[in-house]
Amino acid sequence: MDNARSRILSRIRRSADKGDETARVAAVEARLQHPQRNLVPERGQGDEAHRIEVFVRMMEAVGGTVEILRDLNDVPASVATYLRNTNRPAMIRRGRDEYLANLPWHRAQTLTVKEGRAEDADTASLTHAFAGVAETGTVVQLSGPDNPTTLNFMPEAHIVLLEAKDITASYEEAWTRLRDIYGPGQMPRTVNMISGPSRTGDIEQTIVRPAHGPKDMHVIIFRRP
Amino acid sequence: MELTRPRVGLFVTCLVDLFRPSVGFATVKLLEEAGCVVEVPESQTCCGQPAFNSGDRKDTADIARAVIKAFSPYDYVVAPSGSCAGMIKAHYPELFAKDSPDRAAADALSEKTYELVSFLVRVMKQEKVAARFDGSATYHDSCSGLRELGVKAEPRKLLRTVEGLDLVEMEDAEVCCGFGGTFCVKYPDISNVMVAKKTKKIAATGADLLLAGDLGCLMNMAGKLKREGSALKARHVAEILAGDTATPPIAEAE
Amino acid sequence: MEAKTAEFTSNVARAIADSQLQGTMTETGPRFIEKRAKARAGLPEFDALRDQARDIKDHVLAHLDLYLERYEAKVAESGGHVHWAETAEEARAAILSICRKLDAKLATKGKSMISEEIGLNQALEAAGITPVETDLGEYLIQLRNEPPSHIIAPAVHLTRDQIEADFRKAHTHLDPNRDLTEIPTLVEEARTVLRQKYLDADVGITGANFLIAETGTSIIVTNEGNGDLTQTLPKAHIVIASIEKIVPTLEDATTILRVLARSATGQDFSNYTTFSTGPRRPEDPDGPLEYHVVILDNGRSNVLGTEFQDMLRCIRCGACLNHCPVYQAVGGHAYGWVYPGPIGSVVTPALIGIEKAKHLPNASTFCGRCEEVCPMRIPLPRLLRHWREKEFEKHLTPAAVRSGLSVWAYFAKRPKLYQFGTRIAARLLNVMSGRKGRFASLPLAQGWTRYRDMPAPQGKTFQAMWKERRHG
Repeated sequence: MDNARSRILSRIRRSADKGDETARVAAVEARLQHPQRNLVPERGQGDEAHRIEVFVRMMEAVGGTVEILRDLNDVPASVATYLRNTNRPAMIRRGRDEYLANLPWHRAQTLTVKEGRAEDADTASLTHAFAGVAETGTVVQLSGPDNPTTLNFMPEAHIVLLEAKDITASYEEAWTRLRDIYGPGQMPRTVNMISGPSRTGDIEQTIVRPAHGPKDMHVIIFRRP
Repeated sequence: MELTRPRVGLFVTCLVDLFRPSVGFATVKLLEEAGCVVEVPESQTCCGQPAFNSGDRKDTADIARAVIKAFSPYDYVVAPSGSCAGMIKAHYPELFAKDSPDRAAADALSEKTYELVSFLVRVMKQEKVAARFDGSATYHDSCSGLRELGVKAEPRKLLRTVEGLDLVEMEDAEVCCGFGGTFCVKYPDISNVMVAKKTKKIAATGADLLLAGDLGCLMNMAGKLKREGSALKARHVAEILAGDTATPPIAEAE
Repeated sequence: MEAKTAEFTSNVARAIADSQLQGTMTETGPRFIEKRAKARAGLPEFDALRDQARDIKDHVLAHLDLYLERYEAKVAESGGHVHWAETAEEARAAILSICRKLDAKLATKGKSMISEEIGLNQALEAAGITPVETDLGEYLIQLRNEPPSHIIAPAVHLTRDQIEADFRKAHTHLDPNRDLTEIPTLVEEARTVLRQKYLDADVGITGANFLIAETGTSIIVTNEGNGDLTQTLPKAHIVIASIEKIVPTLEDATTILRVLARSATGQDFSNYTTFSTGPRRPEDPDGPLEYHVVILDNGRSNVLGTEFQDMLRCIRCGACLNHCPVYQAVGGHAYGWVYPGPIGSVVTPALIGIEKAKHLPNASTFCGRCEEVCPMRIPLPRLLRHWREKEFEKHLTPAAVRSGLSVWAYFAKRPKLYQFGTRIAARLLNVMSGRKGRFASLPLAQGWTRYRDMPAPQGKTFQAMWKERRHG
């Protein structure tokens, strides 16, 4: 295989007149050391109210549901109500995320809250989004013990807590934040960008929800008063 | 002050020359009425597309050199075809190495080559025509004119000034009719599926007349319409703009 | 996968005679077109993004060796393994070797055209490993043992009735009297059957839409979530990707993602865009324990630096298929190999040889609609023409076409002789038509007159009449 590697790379090098090698290396280094934004669409850009408005519109357009809360303490009750309204068991799976752990779960007494990665039997999950992207109504989830990636896919209902301040205009802003936290060139194992519940159009181009992932995606936006 | 009338070299196209000279004369009439002096270089034969699209670059380049030589003296080169004009404009320069004298000559010719109707509107700033046609017509956008030369609004603009003509748009006017030069005889089965879809859309408009800017596509569509027993007529757009309704439509008897 | 490209003409005849296929194509074909047009209209920056996407890929191709090396280093840094494969066979061997070490019996698979290209499923089966396609469309065609007929909608040629019959045949553990007439019921059944497969699988194999050099990340894009369950639940995640999938940075990937879904399905963004970097981290409660990337060349490096290089910008969105009147007339299977449509007719000769694929570049009218919609601005008609040039150089062009062409060119280069000939032809054909204005059949033009009448010449050539007019 090492031979394959050197043969492939040398064929690529030979393939064209590539000019000055030092300049080529410098061009690549510059691009990787200082990632530049390309054209960023205007759609999501604006103040927080605008970003929320666009996010909600785009998320709803792809079949997600959204509610906006002004008090973080209302989240447990809101989760319980959502599950009741969608005829699901009063059970939720979440990760170790401190933000979620510190919610006043006792306010929703009928709700069973389990911690850990998703199990096949789980019917609903709650995750804390790293970011929301207004442009396309997309939530960004980072894998890890706080918000295990399986929570995004296995349960039939996926509830996401998203802080209004974390709704960015574009994906690019989410990347900048990610680099600030993880360091340049570093990523968590999985970054999931999710825009609405699972769907397929593979039979006669008819859109059906769900395919393999969640049937419902519900985003609770917490907006500080 | 008297303005100099532009000298136009008419690239008549091999199909018009052989099958439908009336399109050539309609073209001459339109150009002259627009204020051009029209000349027809005798040494022209074909733009070279059959060779070009068959991968025969050498013959294509030979033919291109002859066309370039014959048409270089004119202010403009105009063809009643988006396909042949597109060949000269978009593809002749590709045939020759950068910085070669041939390339420079091809670039210069490319600069001044136009499809007829877009030439009338863009260069001669024509706003209307003096023609009459009583009936409804639908216009098919031939691929090369549309995508290589951006001809779309111009024929519609002038057709709307034809007295009595009701222009109705067909669905998928921009979809290929299945002609494709030698394609239609190399892959007749595929070509037939394409042209059958096209004639369905044409018939669905309820128009009396099919128009287009390329004789190849028109022969294909008219031939299919006739085979299907349709009463629809087909004409080159130049004929209607020039007011020639006396000549029998394409594929019809005198 | 074995190529049936040489039988193009008979493949086409079969496709055209298949009324069910023709019906499906006519019904579903226009939907992709409408959806893309709507998505494009919704983003004013769309065409400018296409320019940037093209420029990003051109930059990558000019520095591909350097970006691949960096990518490899970053994968290693995150605990993953890169395996290089020059050929399909080497790629299969690399994957089988990983599977054997894990003693794998069941492999779930996300949608991957590269997997089709290297014939992975057959190799897995031969090694006693059961491959299960999890993308619904891929699952449907796997049940039928068919290749995909579309790059992003592999089962676009099937109807719900065909699918119902396949499910009854395959899912024998379910109630034979169950109702499967509605599409959502079919999807629900596939979901239930496949959910268990995700849980049971030993390895998950996916393709990659992009590989990011900056971070050593692979990206997959799905709407179903199948790719995520495939890569997250088993012990190992194997990515199979070709060398040109590299992009420099997260920002560059983002730019191309903005044009991908819009061009493919007309969505603003796919439901799931997933960035995977290495295996699960020590503190992670889920994710694969091993992460492997098989990087495949399979002839692509030979395309670099040639007049065909632009094909390597392709992001496999399928827009050129959706907008191609030839594809819409014959469907994907007629093309005879993995990649159908205009991009297939450009890529296939590069990967399996122009000798085998010689029909494909010719089966185009050069209408140019593919280039018009390509998000990566690949000049598809030009590349098709370059293949025709190669065929002409190699004398692969059929003898009849070649000799016809040389006779025609002989005359076209001799105007006096040409005009003498056309004057006779115009007169002769006019007389032969009996002045009816057309022919119902014409010897030597049967390809034409089999399906349509041939308009007859008016009788004189323009050149002759022009001379008369000028000289009286």
